[in-house]
Amino acid sequence: MQLRTEPYVLDMGPVHPSTHGVFRMRVTLDGEAVLNLEPVFGYLHRGVEKLAEERAYSGVIPLTDRLDYVASMTNNLAYVLAVEKLAEIKVPERAEYLRVIMSELQRISAHLVSIGSFTNDSGCYFTPFLYMYREREKIVDLFDMVCGQRLLYNYMRIGGVSQDIPDEFLPALRKVVKHLPGRINEYDRLLSENEIFLARTKGVGILPKETAINIGASGPVLRSTGIEWDIRKKDPYSIYDRFDFDIPTGEAGDCYDRYYVRLQEMRQSIRIVEQALKQIPSGPVKADVPQLIRPPVGEAYGHVEGPTGEVGFHVVSDGGIAPYRCHIRAPSLMNLTGLYDMSVGWKVQDLIVIFGSFAITMGEIDR
Amino acid sequence: MVIPNIAVDAVRHLGAVAPDWPGHPWWHWVVFTLINIVFILVMIIGVIYIERRAIAWFAARTGPNRTGPFGLLQAIADAIKILLKEFITPMNADKIVFWIAPAVVFAPVIMIFAVVPFMNGAMLADLNIGILFVVAISSISTVGVFMAGWSSSNKYSMIGAMRLVASVISYEIPVVLALAGVVLIAGSLSLNDIVLAQQTVPFILVQPLGFFLLFVGGCAEINRSPFDLMEADSELVAGFHTEYSGMKFAMYYLGEYGEAVVMATIISTLFLGGWQWPFLPGWLWLILKIFLVFFTMVWTRATLPRVRIDQLMAVAWKFLFPLALINLLVTALQVLAGWPEDLLWLMGIVNYVLLGVLILLWSRMYKVGWGRIEV
Repeated sequence: MQLRTEPYVLDMGPVHPSTHGVFRMRVTLDGEAVLNLEPVFGYLHRGVEKLAEERAYSGVIPLTDRLDYVASMTNNLAYVLAVEKLAEIKVPERAEYLRVIMSELQRISAHLVSIGSFTNDSGCYFTPFLYMYREREKIVDLFDMVCGQRLLYNYMRIGGVSQDIPDEFLPALRKVVKHLPGRINEYDRLLSENEIFLARTKGVGILPKETAINIGASGPVLRSTGIEWDIRKKDPYSIYDRFDFDIPTGEAGDCYDRYYVRLQEMRQSIRIVEQALKQIPSGPVKADVPQLIRPPVGEAYGHVEGPTGEVGFHVVSDGGIAPYRCHIRAPSLMNLTGLYDMSVGWKVQDLIVIFGSFAITMGEIDR
Repeated sequence: MVIPNIAVDAVRHLGAVAPDWPGHPWWHWVVFTLINIVFILVMIIGVIYIERRAIAWFAARTGPNRTGPFGLLQAIADAIKILLKEFITPMNADKIVFWIAPAVVFAPVIMIFAVVPFMNGAMLADLNIGILFVVAISSISTVGVFMAGWSSSNKYSMIGAMRLVASVISYEIPVVLALAGVVLIAGSLSLNDIVLAQQTVPFILVQPLGFFLLFVGGCAEINRSPFDLMEADSELVAGFHTEYSGMKFAMYYLGEYGEAVVMATIISTLFLGGWQWPFLPGWLWLILKIFLVFFTMVWTRATLPRVRIDQLMAVAWKFLFPLALINLLVTALQVLAGWPEDLLWLMGIVNYVLLGVLILLWSRMYKVGWGRIEV
């Protein structure tokens, strides 16, 4: 007997538990298998790039917080690096170390969120998610200590950081750094060899090497395919050339590799923070830069290795107090262009896992 | 005076006093119907509390602790809240089916308790086909879920309902085969006889493979994690009850936990010795065992991710089904050979070795496919 079947269209999102914000996927399904996928975004568009043209150079920093809101520190850093390059400002030594420490702590906390929500997407009922948040909480407390904020830090300044760390910060940081590796090993044991987790992620959503390069992927998504590309090593900004760390890479470029690269990167970040803790000098934390700066006419591109990939700011100056143009390179958006190739042919459940393995933030994609 | 007699008799039968059941007067049905309904509702409140608190502990948080002592009244507070919610019927819904479906899901849960003994003979009806009744009635809920998925005219609901039907059809087979092993040893389908047969050794020690099959298959049938695909919250929003709200939703909520209670009851009756255990009254032991089994289910839910639909099917057909057949064969041979009652513990040891060997062997042979289709 031949049953007549036909594909149907399912609108996943913009309001859906697993779209990490307001992403929408128009999915054509044959039963459970994905035949076609059309990503629709723009529901969170706030015109950040245009808003930046209306503000003084220092006033743009709070806007960068609101791009990738789980990784505000690295966004701040990318922007101030671009402006410092433009205005040729020298940053004091201590501020550089603080920037590195904050960036690496931010990377750990963002990866914790990524892995947590990824396990949630694959169906763990909040347990790993809340474990991750328990550790993230400690890092967020540290950020709270240095800048009084828990999500949108607005900590970096053009020429340094907003304020020096309080006395209790370094002991607290040492405690966190001492405590974290054990926890990461625990999560490694809980998840990395879980039979069901392996069955759901191994070999699922493979991103081929060539595609990864062609779409301009970066961060863990690119490294999971086996390409050793990390801006901290390849184009060392700030003082990253002084630290000793490895670039973890995957092999297959599947969801499991993307997860596992993130897990290993957290260990490397801890290594960097430990080294920075030993070397950090005393001194001023901010160069003598006025609130209103008028960089010379020209343009500059500052980029950092954010938790999701290469965060870049291309700032153009016409000699005025505000950027003439400020373009944002959003890693989540670039990575997400591979979604179609990776998810067509898989089941709906795999689609959610593949989508979750990107660890996107909608604030950055829609800008 | 009829009413005091009822009270005295009910207490006598539920208490520690040895029962001497005087036939079947009309109030026997009334008393046990009431007891069953109250029992299932109280147990549902209990398991909801366990679920929420235990899962909170596993996830390193506190859980509900504001309503009543230790948050014990949380379920009641939720019930009051949910009663005050508006019930929305989608415009394109098949209205009659949409309204009947919640009742179809919840009613079988109460019916099953008709054959569950709380004490020796203290049950609504000691059917001589007890297990068959349980299996047959518990399948009715599936129809209700499919009605809900079909009538909601929502794609998420439909996918969830289809997944449920597929999984229940598959998992019914290993579950029934696992039950058959117990029936062979006890020599009866009546739940009361099966409990009495566990006087010396609970069947979990004799039939470990059967217990494993029933636990895994049971989790899949009542759609608890890692097999909770029909209402996979991260994929299908809420699965088959996406469109339900208010009291209709509460019926599904109750039905879902009611099914969990039923499965825990069946497992504890068939494998953990039901009401049998010294010191405490039998019905209390039964409740404690139900909570213990349910706690294990919560534990798996808090630990494991969800399997995919094709993996779910593969587990049923490639893993559980052959094991169930082997279990049935081995048990049948053991019973046929006339294994003496006082050497059941020896049979247990043999079966435990078998369990270890089989599971190791099958997990080597069993490979998960990649699951991608060419488009």
